[in-house]
Amino acid sequence: MTTALALSITVFVLSVLIGFEVISKVPATLHTPLMSATNAIHGIVIAGAILIAAAADSAAGYAIAFVAVAFATANVVGGYAVTARMLRMFQRRPAAVASPQASVSSPQASVGRPS
Amino acid sequence: MSAYETAIWAAYLLSVVAFVVGLHLMNSPATARSGNAVSAAGMVLAVAATVAVVAHEGTISGTGLAIVAAGVLAGGAGGLWLARTVAMTAMPQLVSLFNAVGGAAAALVGVHEFAAHGPDLDLAVAAIGAVDILIGGVTFSGSLVAAGKLHGVVPSEPLVFRGRRSSTAAAALISVLAAGYLVIEPHNVVALSILAVAALGLGTALVVPIGGADMPVVISLLNALTGTAVAMAGFLLGSLPLIAAGALVGASGTILTRLMAAAMNRTVTAIVAGGFGTADATAAAGPTVPVRSISAEDAAIQLAYATKVVIVPGYGLAVARAQHEVAALAAELEERGVEVSFAIHPVAGRMPGHMNVLLAEANVPYPSMHELTQANAELPRTDVALVIGANDVTNPAARRPGNAVSGMPILDVDRASAVIVIKRSLGHGYAGIDNELYNDRRTGMFFADAKQGVAAIRATLSTLVG
Repeated sequence: MTTALALSITVFVLSVLIGFEVISKVPATLHTPLMSATNAIHGIVIAGAILIAAAADSAAGYAIAFVAVAFATANVVGGYAVTARMLRMFQRRPAAVASPQASVSSPQASVGRPS
Repeated sequence: MSAYETAIWAAYLLSVVAFVVGLHLMNSPATARSGNAVSAAGMVLAVAATVAVVAHEGTISGTGLAIVAAGVLAGGAGGLWLARTVAMTAMPQLVSLFNAVGGAAAALVGVHEFAAHGPDLDLAVAAIGAVDILIGGVTFSGSLVAAGKLHGVVPSEPLVFRGRRSSTAAAALISVLAAGYLVIEPHNVVALSILAVAALGLGTALVVPIGGADMPVVISLLNALTGTAVAMAGFLLGSLPLIAAGALVGASGTILTRLMAAAMNRTVTAIVAGGFGTADATAAAGPTVPVRSISAEDAAIQLAYATKVVIVPGYGLAVARAQHEVAALAAELEERGVEVSFAIHPVAGRMPGHMNVLLAEANVPYPSMHELTQANAELPRTDVALVIGANDVTNPAARRPGNAVSGMPILDVDRASAVIVIKRSLGHGYAGIDNELYNDRRTGMFFADAKQGVAAIRATLSTLVG
């Protein structure tokens, strides 16, 4: 085994552990944006796609690189844009409703109030 | 390290830190938006560093440059257009589509590395590369089929056909054999091609038999697999940011997969094997106990004079695009002084958190969306539980052993003083069994489409005084 591979495996294992630690705290409410955000993060494959485009020297190589770059860019740009669009909607109080009573419903209030 | 190498290393490190911090900020809806921005900034930095590397090496040809520019423009425009225009109800298929293209890109990186540098690959790296192509191919075709099912272009029923298991097994066997052969002979283009095609076949064969309601698990699993494929591509290229970011996504997808499977009390293996509840679907047809049918007026009166109402949304709400009507009903009830909250089951809808996003779109404040445990604590103190488009996740039969939903964590809707169910017919849910909640004497069935039904209740509500 090479030193580079050993380092790669170390980074991989530690990143998985960090991922478990960070993600397990995300509330269910945000699971869709979370999934969409991680979706955008795996768009980092765009860096790999650019590297193979730089190394390509045949028609087939260029074709593969083109599809890889286009797909990875769609993944990154679309992923971040749609996550941002979803998160803009999550708000503590509805902006559209004027009446203050209409939006009073915090978890503490609803748990503590007798029915 | 030279100054240039140090700068590149620092940029990559900073970008990975930005991904971790960005995900950490997703812990709360209040900070999630800045989390996404931090993560996006990390991505820009990583791409900029990669461009700097390519420019510094100076090996990229004019054609290569044109290819990158064209790919970025085409992919970026397509991705942005979809992200801006697709309706919120179609989010699961869009997320699935972005997942598909990410997996394909990871697989293509692997294909290119084998085609270009096959013979130079270290044995262990070649093995990881073969796994990259296998997983990337599976997630590409699997996510496309999942997106097709969610969009309705592929039948969403669990497709059970003769030879299903054997074709899946054959695709798996061919993939593994081709991958093994490729590792031994990394320059073999035939093995490479067979591996790519077999992986695509395997992804299709795996997802086609899985039914719509299992999609939260399937989408999470495919998300985890794409992350893993990207990390594997990072091993091939010797790129640490790809490895770290891919591993983060792999971990996230794994957690969501396990949460979703636990919320259905099913194993991931059983879900991938497919065909939930199809065996006894015909035998269980037809309710034995009559149900009580109510009108929009009955429902409106019950809701208007309640102190506490819990709304239980399900996939039917998404299908009917009723989120705005439901949110308006909740707001009107609150104006009358009724306490309203939403009880959201982890697998309500077609992806994790699907209902939350739809309700957020309709301006429902997130503190009133309650998770399973919190909702079950308040349901016994609830006057009216209003079930809209949810079925199996409310079936009290889950508390007894011996049926399709046994052991599944459910929302204790039957513990509320009264229950109103808005449903088009007495049709079965995904599990294919009768919902005993409908036969409860405290349950009133309001037979209507979710959107029209809620609109009818709102119309009646406005005529009631006090």
